[in-house]
Amino acid sequence: MNNIAALQDGKAVGDRMSRVDGRLKVTGGAKYSAEYELPGLVHSALVGSTIAKGRITSIDTKAAERAPGVLAVITHLNSPKVPGFAAKSNPDEPPAIGQPLRVFHDEKIYFNDQPVAIVVADTLERARHAARLVKVQYVAEQHQTNFEANKSKGFLPTQAKRNPKSAQNDYTRGQADGYQAAPVKLEAEYVHESEMHNPMELQSIIAHWEAADQLTVYDKVQAVKGTQRAFAKDWGLPEQNVKVIATFVGGAFGNGLHNWPHETAAIIAAKVTGKPVKLMLTREQMFTMVGYRPKTWQRIQMGATKDGKLVGITHESVGQTSTYEEFTESTVQQTRMMYAAPNVSTRYRILGLDVSTPIWMRGPGEATGAFALESAIDEMAHLVGLDPLEFRLRNYTDSDPEKNKPWSTKYLKECFQAGAERIGWSKRQLQPGQLREGDWLIGYGMGVGTFGANRGTAKARAALLADGSVLLQSATTDIGPGTGTAMVQIASDALGLPTDKIRFELGNSLFPQAPSQGGSSTVNTVGSAVNDACLALKKKLQELGGAAFANVQPEQLTLSGGQLGLKANGGPRMSFADLRKANNGQDVEVTTESKPSGDARQNYSMYSFSVHFAEVRVHAMTGEVRVTKMVSCADAGTIVNQKTAGSQMIGGAIGGIGMALHEGAVMDDRFGRYVTKDLADYHVPVHADAPPVEVYFVNKPDPLVDALGTKGIGEIAIIGVAPAITNAIFNATGKRIRELPVTPDKVLLA
Amino acid sequence: MNPFQYVRATKAKAAIDARAGDATSQFIAGGTNLLDLMKRGVMTPQRLIDINKLPFDKIERQSNGLRIGALALNSTTAEDKQVLERAPLLAQALNAGASAQLRNMATVGGNMLQRTRCSYFYDPAMPCNKREPGSGCGALEGYNRMHAIFGFSDKCIAVHPSDMSVALVALDAAVLVSGPKGERRLAFGDLHRLPGDEPQRDTNLEAGELITAVEVPDSPFTKHVHYLKVRERASYAFALVSVAAALSLDGNTIKDARLAMGGVAHKPWRLTEAEKSLIGKPATEATFQEAARVAMQGAKAFKHNQYKLKLAPNAIVQALKNAAAVS
Ligand SMILES: Cc1cc2nc3c(=O)[nH]c(=O)nc-3n(C[C@H](O)[C@H](O)[C@H](O)COP(=O)(O)OP(=O)(O)OC[C@H]3O[C@@H](n4cnc5c(N)ncnc54)[C@H](O)[C@@H]3O)c2cc1C
Ligand code: SF4
Repeated sequence: MNNIAALQDGKAVGDRMSRVDGRLKVTGGAKYSAEYELPGLVHSALVGSTIAKGRITSIDTKAAERAPGVLAVITHLNSPKVPGFAAKSNPDEPPAIGQPLRVFHDEKIYFNDQPVAIVVADTLERARHAARLVKVQYVAEQHQTNFEANKSKGFLPTQAKRNPKSAQNDYTRGQADGYQAAPVKLEAEYVHESEMHNPMELQSIIAHWEAADQLTVYDKVQAVKGTQRAFAKDWGLPEQNVKVIATFVGGAFGNGLHNWPHETAAIIAAKVTGKPVKLMLTREQMFTMVGYRPKTWQRIQMGATKDGKLVGITHESVGQTSTYEEFTESTVQQTRMMYAAPNVSTRYRILGLDVSTPIWMRGPGEATGAFALESAIDEMAHLVGLDPLEFRLRNYTDSDPEKNKPWSTKYLKECFQAGAERIGWSKRQLQPGQLREGDWLIGYGMGVGTFGANRGTAKARAALLADGSVLLQSATTDIGPGTGTAMVQIASDALGLPTDKIRFELGNSLFPQAPSQGGSSTVNTVGSAVNDACLALKKKLQELGGAAFANVQPEQLTLSGGQLGLKANGGPRMSFADLRKANNGQDVEVTTESKPSGDARQNYSMYSFSVHFAEVRVHAMTGEVRVTKMVSCADAGTIVNQKTAGSQMIGGAIGGIGMALHEGAVMDDRFGRYVTKDLADYHVPVHADAPPVEVYFVNKPDPLVDALGTKGIGEIAIIGVAPAITNAIFNATGKRIRELPVTPDKVLLA
Repeated sequence: MNPFQYVRATKAKAAIDARAGDATSQFIAGGTNLLDLMKRGVMTPQRLIDINKLPFDKIERQSNGLRIGALALNSTTAEDKQVLERAPLLAQALNAGASAQLRNMATVGGNMLQRTRCSYFYDPAMPCNKREPGSGCGALEGYNRMHAIFGFSDKCIAVHPSDMSVALVALDAAVLVSGPKGERRLAFGDLHRLPGDEPQRDTNLEAGELITAVEVPDSPFTKHVHYLKVRERASYAFALVSVAAALSLDGNTIKDARLAMGGVAHKPWRLTEAEKSLIGKPATEATFQEAARVAMQGAKAFKHNQYKLKLAPNAIVQALKNAAAVS
């Protein structure tokens, strides 16, 4: 139905089309990394260290080796050396920016639950049982996992030291710490615990050496090309000898943006056994070795005039990383560009602890930073006696104060207005603690988010097949947003072909180059590539059409009705069959590359914007917090699909509820080991925690980002949600809780 | 998971004999707790004796109360008409536990025998006297936010996680047990024990004893009851603190009262003294505050569960207010 409607008005982009793979997903037809049934496939399980730092002194694998069904037990003592590891420098002196953990490389332990052995067996149960039989002895060294105790050791990331232009460097606009001169000042510290991505699908890989120098992996990753490059480098292989398949990814939120120890462990196991080896992590292992949003401390110092004009903001941050890799993120970025403060200073530091390496998690950096900034904005609005929306309007900026450039587009004011109306902002009381229903205190809060409207370079292949359909391919992935669906819609408009005649394939390193799915840039990047490939395909068809089409622009052409013709009535026409004939009976095929325009990027600042409004209830006696309504509004350029984009926004809002109220991994520093490491102890929102979330899109194109006018949604869906909720808690109770997650105990004792 | 044998018992006696003769065996009912513990390597039975085919799943009306078979499902029990009529507090408590999917698997017997959710207990790489006697209590000086404020010992400060059991102890239920030495009947309050020097023992059951049923006596507590569960998310989370409150009112005067707490001790924590303080008093917030004060006598908190000293009395007052419908 959707398809026909889309075709009739000639526009699939903007349609609420259902997912092209929806049916496969809900019927179990979609194949995830662990679900490929290769002949001879065997199973494996990891053994993790039980100390956080030190050395392995001995490993007794005898009992495990003798256990039924066991094919191999691999440790650093008998592992084949990974060529790419050996080439690295002395393990005592990792390169400054670090390197991924070299699994089974030596006896050193860098974090608790670090893989120290992999057991391969004929069944999963036997592998897991035998893994328990491996006995490891250690010499422990004094580990440091306590963030608070080590905070003062935070350091400027090496990339900033090396490159003065790196955004991780300290930043000053106007006077350094110029907030101090203001008549109204505040200083506040904000902390959140490490948060685990915990996608529904566990991290899994099947590693298969198809020949001694031919590696295929079915792997849960967000970058098939990046993974291909990484493993080719590790194993000293030409890139084309490594094939990476990730056709479906069951959620990732960023933890598929890095290659992790378990992947190499499985590849090693496959090498040793000569069989395809499947490794699926347990839920507990998902907490210890596949990245997380790092625990972060932030301090905001802010000054304003009595009538609510910001004088200055100083934003400092220390984020956790491991001792072997320097993970950085853009925690202080929003503070630099969101408000028209004349004096802004930011200082970003990282702190290496004896833990595994973090990785980008939805809204990386900005979601953390926005918690501090947007809370402080709310605190300042309260200090100067202004409604926080009014306060934000008084400090609104129509150009980028950091880069001194115009915005490509910014429709945040429209978002403010739409959101305020929908949440019922007029009910909000200026003074906290005024609204009550029975034992529940009611409050309203808002938080703003932003993320760069990034666009990378990507290639796409388009082919007109014998059956009159068009096949598109690009090596991107889809971790859930509905990439394939959006691409089909874009192609449909570009070609004038109904959506059901178009197929988009992704998640395979054999396809043309595309970047990882991350940073909210897939539609901007791959969407542009698809659009361009479709135009190139039409051009090629036009050439095949010969003289009849000589005076026609490719933009005027359409493929509707099984033939190449003009969008307008009349003019030349040629059937697909004849076009194929002209192409020697072959599929008509093009591959193109699309790059962002350097000029536009030079002259404009490009960001997506969002604002989230929350209504919360806080129980006066128990401190329980329930979010009862949310409105999320986004200026994300053209919305290709209101349905999938809306789902992204809703998912981000619910993720933000988790960030605000539930999520936070607890470490017992005596052991340097997580205490909460399953989904019973580490809470994420359940259905009953998800309120009605209303989504509003400005839906105005930003033609400077790309021809379609898209800006990106994934990150801004969560950035600013947590402070919207904590600000609402303040409005309800007068209690300002600056440590996430806001659990009932914190509310009660505040 | 360790390899194990599996047998399905069709006669109670066979199940009891099998279990009594083999210390490494375990009964399995819904399996929703036991299997998790086996996967994590916390419990390593060599043999599972499946009791699901035993004829203990009926909910029956007796002359003086209800008899609920040990294999009745949590969901069936919570929806049972007689339970809703005669013991609505029990139905509320059951529905506050776990999730719909789990309640469809979990049995009444398994629920009361579920083991603590102490995170140290769950991780064989951490010390825990309950899992491995003598290894130390990880929680005592560790992360003890969920832990006990009553009845703990220096060997173990864990809490019993069951919601259902809090209602059962409040309602003066009894447990029917069948074992190698025959049948016996325990007051529900005597089923679970405090940790003392033997935290590895959760209950006073002997090896091989099978719970066959629980009896809930008729009571006047059919109207003014409330099970309040304070938790971190709206559903599917264990209680930080829970309160089972039941009042029998004559006008506004409290004729009789029952009060118990969950999430505060190694066993469901009956508050007899606080109950006494309620009787004969008007159902007002002041009365409830006084009961809460009495209830909290002797409470002691650790580093991360200080909040329970405030939350528990608040929850008591709130539960009593809800039960009495006092706003
Ligand atoms: C994620 C999660 C969340 C949960 N949340 C809650 C919650 O909020 N509140 C709550 O109360 N519970 C909660 N539970 C626990 C759940 O209620 C229990 O797992 C369930 O009630 C156990 O019942 P079962 O029949 O599955 O027991 P099983 O797992 O089969 O058995 C548990 C133990 O009891 C023994 N046993 C079982 N039946 C008998 C019998 N008749 N006689 C003697 N021994 C017996 C077994 O040998 C075993 O040791 C949760 C569980 C999970 C997994
Ligand atoms: S509180 Fe009990 S269960 Fe928890 S670690 Fe201590 S002994 Fe083990």
